[in-house]
Amino acid sequence: MKTANKTVTATRLVKDALEKAKHFADYNIFTFLNEEGALKKAAEIDEKIARGEKVGRLAGVPYALKDNFLSPEGDTTASAHILEGCASPVTATTVEKLEAEGAIMIGRANLDAFAHGSSTENSYFGPTLNSHDKTRVAGGSSGGSAVAVALDIVEFATGTDTGGSIRQPASFNGVYGFKPTYGTISRYGVVAMASSLDCIGFFTKTPEDMDLLMSITAGQDPKDMTTLPDYYNENFNGDNDTTEDAACPSGTLRAAQAKSSRPVEHIASSAASPIYKIGIIKDFDNDVVDVSIRNALKEKCELLKSKGYEIVELEMPTLKYALAAYYIIQPAEVASNLSRYDGVRYGFRSENSTDLDGLYENTRSEGFMAENKRRIMIGNFVLSSGFYDAYFLKAAKARTLIINEYNKAFEKCDFILTPVSPNPAFKLGEKVNDPVAMYLEDLMSVSLNLAGVPGLAIPAGETAEGLPIGLQLVGPRRSDKKLIEFSKELI
Amino acid sequence: MKYYPTIGIECHVQLATKTKLFSEVDNDARHKEPNSCVSPVDYALPGMLPRLNGEAVRLAILAGRAMNCEINASSRFDRKHYFYPDSPKGYQITQFYHPIIGEGHVDLPSGGKVRIEHAHLEGDAGKLTHFDSYSLVDLNRVDTPLIEIVSMPDIHSAKDAHDYCKELWRLMIFAGVSYGDLYNGNMRFDVNVSLAPEGSDKLGTRAEVKNLNSFRSVERAVEYEIKRQSKILDAGDKVIQETRGWSDATGETTGQRSKEEAKDYRYMPEPDIPPINLSKEFIDTESAKLPLMPKDYRSLFGEIIPHDTLEIMLDYPQLMRKIAEVAGVLSEEFDSGHTQGRSAKLTVPSQISSATPAIKLLSNLFASVLLAEEKSAEYLNDLPAGKQLNDLAEMNAKKELSSTATKEVFLHLFDPQMRNKDTRSIAKELGVIQENDLGALEKIVDTVLAKPETQKAQEDFRNGEEKVIGFLVGQVMKESHGKANPSSVQEILRKKLK
Repeated sequence: MKTANKTVTATRLVKDALEKAKHFADYNIFTFLNEEGALKKAAEIDEKIARGEKVGRLAGVPYALKDNFLSPEGDTTASAHILEGCASPVTATTVEKLEAEGAIMIGRANLDAFAHGSSTENSYFGPTLNSHDKTRVAGGSSGGSAVAVALDIVEFATGTDTGGSIRQPASFNGVYGFKPTYGTISRYGVVAMASSLDCIGFFTKTPEDMDLLMSITAGQDPKDMTTLPDYYNENFNGDNDTTEDAACPSGTLRAAQAKSSRPVEHIASSAASPIYKIGIIKDFDNDVVDVSIRNALKEKCELLKSKGYEIVELEMPTLKYALAAYYIIQPAEVASNLSRYDGVRYGFRSENSTDLDGLYENTRSEGFMAENKRRIMIGNFVLSSGFYDAYFLKAAKARTLIINEYNKAFEKCDFILTPVSPNPAFKLGEKVNDPVAMYLEDLMSVSLNLAGVPGLAIPAGETAEGLPIGLQLVGPRRSDKKLIEFSKELI
Repeated sequence: MKYYPTIGIECHVQLATKTKLFSEVDNDARHKEPNSCVSPVDYALPGMLPRLNGEAVRLAILAGRAMNCEINASSRFDRKHYFYPDSPKGYQITQFYHPIIGEGHVDLPSGGKVRIEHAHLEGDAGKLTHFDSYSLVDLNRVDTPLIEIVSMPDIHSAKDAHDYCKELWRLMIFAGVSYGDLYNGNMRFDVNVSLAPEGSDKLGTRAEVKNLNSFRSVERAVEYEIKRQSKILDAGDKVIQETRGWSDATGETTGQRSKEEAKDYRYMPEPDIPPINLSKEFIDTESAKLPLMPKDYRSLFGEIIPHDTLEIMLDYPQLMRKIAEVAGVLSEEFDSGHTQGRSAKLTVPSQISSATPAIKLLSNLFASVLLAEEKSAEYLNDLPAGKQLNDLAEMNAKKELSSTATKEVFLHLFDPQMRNKDTRSIAKELGVIQENDLGALEKIVDTVLAKPETQKAQEDFRNGEEKVIGFLVGQVMKESHGKANPSSVQEILRKKLK
């Protein structure tokens, strides 16, 4: 990470980033450019450097903030009409931590409204274009963030990952994208999508940068009861039951963790150059997956073998239920979390109403995108009386089975290597009218969110057409640091 | 036809925590501007997360123990969804599937017993005020911690409904979990009433009267419902299962929402709050902080304090604690706060016997003051020190204070300016201590008997005219400036006039 110093000032870094952002304006990456604020902060850091004062580990580093993180700089819109014009009085914990180390937000990055989508085409502000091919999608929902890093506008960008929203756009644009273990980074001040699945993470160009960002932002936050103690920096006294409970909203994750016979210590305490076993999921090697992605996976396996690592084939039959379970649990939590947007207290309010029900109906009809409404309807359906047991409860049980399946898999191997998505970046508009095809993009990414395990999207070459290919490295809960470290072996 | 009513009651109790259930803003919004006790969490800004208030969990444990309930080792929160401006999140955070408080029971003073089905923690809603063309929203009350106590249908009369609610109220204020201020909505009752033909083993269709905020309105609403439903059944019609509202002004309930119109709350586990897992040790430690409950006071003082007086006093926990302190049955004094100092323990009840006269005197005084003066709240916020009261009882027992003087000194003990003085100095200042020194009294009697104006009375007495003794006592009292003990004076006079 290039930080500011006496010769290369923060102001220089920020100006360069802003210039590049403007140069690439046609990619529709940013919903807001923080010119004034960023330059002011850069000047402050330069003054500090000039005075010889200590500056943070990210001094003067420009970054893009996914527009669903709250901070007083620019409106926090989540790329949704209903939140247009909403300036936040609150700052997200992650933003606080990054800025305390001197990072400078130069713009808010575009996303699918409320992070609902896999292409950033659901943004109220229009789609972000793919960094390698402007006729293709950026991926989503963190499309703006991925493209901002891929086009080298910023050193890093924040993202949120509920079912693949960091890993998939990272793989579509050829950068690193990390979804940590659930509860590693505070969700406080991030517009919620599906609370039991949402993870905060980053886009970077190297594993080293990812490790630095993780070490800065990981840790327990009193404002988020589901955060874990700071295992990433091994900065906590013991790991008592209370904090462990806090990590597991449904209780199933906790039970799973307790049952896991292969705890993180197994890896952490291994010899200096451990001979890891890498698992490959047999079911994912089929025609659904693009041949260039299957080949990339095979190449990486050969590379690992040549380095002395063992490749093991895994049977994970339960994973085929992940997508179905995900598209029940996620819309249920989405429907619930979106209930607060009612036009009463803040944000967009429809003027076409004469009574309270009308106010709700019109505000939400006009303020939400089609995909938002689709998920609200599915979510309310699976939660409604008479259907709860058949849908939501069943999906929750499937989730427990998936957690168990990952636990079993990690008894046989240390990490799992899979594609991120079945296909490289698709054409703009190609799947807009086919929600199921769009949901299938999440086939290989959602099970990690259901299980709460970490996954790192890694650049793994390009297709014949020059489109980036991404693979994801998956580890057991809390193996995040080792996982990022190990990813260097795949370069 | 004669019908047998069956009644179940749900009661919402606001917990007296310092801060709200899920945020760190002031929980006490009394006398505050609308929307001044609201955090971004309560206001439901995007990205805000609830943070469970541990004090509410502790108070829930106490409330549960006050009702003889099991405390569940594991409980969880759920979201109850509905759209209304009093609910900023669009859902209420409650405990639908796994409540913190399990089964228990409440004993009624009349001897009956009402079983508790369960009780759960939840956040309160905001308040709406409606005007002709608009409504105002006040979110101060949003996520004030509540416990909702659900009774079994064990109540069968309006009076028992009243008594159950009142006993619940007492349990909550004695446990110190709620301010119990009904006027400010600290406790609200929903009453389910159904009628069945006498002797039938099936329950009838119930109607629920919601949002009653006094014991009296609970009683009246039940009476009304029994009459209303009897009429319907007598006419051969069917009672509709519905929610009804109550008007204190008209004394009637009116239909609001039928079962068919009932909302689907789409309950869902709350993913932002991990389950509450309580160790047995923690539950035991917290349960041990439960102060003396009305039933403890009844068994301690039931034979010393007259029943009616005791039942009046049992509306005032501070008062009962003071009596217990005077009786020497508390190992340490209580703090006045709602959430601290609950470490009092019962010592040996046999100690009470030596304090019996003091308890009798003080309960009498307190009861008469409370009944006569309409100042109870003021008085009770700042009770005299235990030592002052003990001294008062002692001076009364030694006849240093007449009953009139005792009451006079007692009332002065409530005067903040007297707070640092001991009882004797106050009595002295008031000049009401009786002269009990027989030698001194004899001298005064001699002086009076030597006076010419008493000679005729002395002669009359010796001639058997009993009633003139009163005149002579009066003369002595006058001579002593009212400080002589009249019964001692009479004794001396009789001896001397033999």
